[in-house]
Amino acid sequence: MPCITFIAADGAETVVDAGTGDSLMQVARAHNVDGILAECGGEMMCSTCHVYVEGDWLDRTGTADEDERDMLDFAPCEVTDASRLSCQMKITDDMDGLVVRLPERQV
Amino acid sequence: MERIVVIGTGQGGFQLAASLRQEGFAGRITLIGEEPGLPYQRPPLSKDYLKDGNDARLLLRPPDFYEQQRIEVVGSTRVTGIDRAAMEIETGDGARIAYDHLVLATGSRNRIPPIAGLKRLEVLALRTLSDARILRDRVEHMRRAVVIGGGFIGLEFAAVARARGIEVAIVEGADRLMGRAVALATSRHFLDAHREWGSSVHLGQFAEAVTDAKGSLAVRLGDGSEVSGDTVVLAAGVIANDAIARDAGLITDDGIVVDELLRSSDPDISALGDCCRFVEPVSGMPARLESVQAATDHARTIAARLVGRPEPYGAVPWFWSNQGDRKLQIAGYAPDADDWHVAEADGKLTVFCFAGGRLAAVETVGNAGAHMAARRLLASAGRVPRKLLEAADYDLKAVMVAA
Repeated sequence: MPCITFIAADGAETVVDAGTGDSLMQVARAHNVDGILAECGGEMMCSTCHVYVEGDWLDRTGTADEDERDMLDFAPCEVTDASRLSCQMKITDDMDGLVVRLPERQV
Repeated sequence: MERIVVIGTGQGGFQLAASLRQEGFAGRITLIGEEPGLPYQRPPLSKDYLKDGNDARLLLRPPDFYEQQRIEVVGSTRVTGIDRAAMEIETGDGARIAYDHLVLATGSRNRIPPIAGLKRLEVLALRTLSDARILRDRVEHMRRAVVIGGGFIGLEFAAVARARGIEVAIVEGADRLMGRAVALATSRHFLDAHREWGSSVHLGQFAEAVTDAKGSLAVRLGDGSEVSGDTVVLAAGVIANDAIARDAGLITDDGIVVDELLRSSDPDISALGDCCRFVEPVSGMPARLESVQAATDHARTIAARLVGRPEPYGAVPWFWSNQGDRKLQIAGYAPDADDWHVAEADGKLTVFCFAGGRLAAVETVGNAGAHMAARRLLASAGRVPRKLLEAADYDLKAVMVAA
């Protein structure tokens, strides 16, 4: 099971074991990670599951495509090249050790 | 304020409780509703859930969230009345619960049209998780389904069923699909899609009766013809659960009428989501919307007011529906639309809906960029004159800059 670390805006870390095949948003929600709202439930309609992928992990997770970028424009916090909607990130075995940071707010 | 009681354990009720805690409300929060279990997402029930059957993915939050946040969820409990003078609600087992503020998040229920024979076991509805579990079990053996109602839920189900190789007949009383919610061009686009996927679509036909027919069911239509199947799925729209408010003397009008702060005619009672009739801020028209967006945005507005930061409700409506490989997205609210501009190319459909010469809503299929631009435009500039769109050759992002 890939081990994933969420770092909140205040620096608090949550480390969880993720099921492969789930989206990162689903993992966050199932583990009660504060700071991922996921209001639309993974439909790429609400941009409330924004994360920043740490360091080189973008190579593994991939960057946001055009539709995801359009949606991210709605996020209230700064959007960077490392920004992703966690509902669009499927967990795979090679993501063991993945670290993502959470924005200060999602709405 | 010590205790906030919410009737309804759907997504709106959940969001209200979560937002209250986020806003720092320290008093007691009780969610009370008829469904068993914790709040879950309803939209996937007619989509992914029918494919993966994964209950755990539906939960809005895991059980420990409610403990940590001190949110009391009382399920399987029917609220039978509101005693406004005593500021108490009464439940089916006779218990009385006091409130300092009451929020009605009672949602909606399936409309049951006057069709003879609907009580049969083979007739299924789709509203709750328990409905969806039954439907999902049934889907495994289903060969021919008759869907009564060509709205979002019926069509989403039809697309899932066709993808599984189930024969599907869709029966719709109006002369087009999703007629109350979308423009003609969008209805046509989806009519073509559903026919292409192999569903037979019967428009302008009301179902009149469900009868036995040689080991299966027959649905008799208005013109006397019949369509048969082993299962009938009833998806004929919903009705607001506003009776409890009406019985308590609150003003209702197909929904609990609320003001721009989402207060009912009793300032100690608010209402949100499917069950309320509110003023849609972009058009200024009264509206009752059945959507995740309305439920959650209403909830945030009410939560902020209850902690002393009242702001008029101001969110732009948005909506989506997944049917097969098509994703319909709607931004805005346009029941008053009187003219349309349709752009269709490369499998993308964009329908601009105008009312009185101004842009009221945009419906898109496969054009997320335009959908998002429309939401931004409506939020920042309201209903802009059509000439702005014409000048920008209907490029919403360009209009956004100009406006």
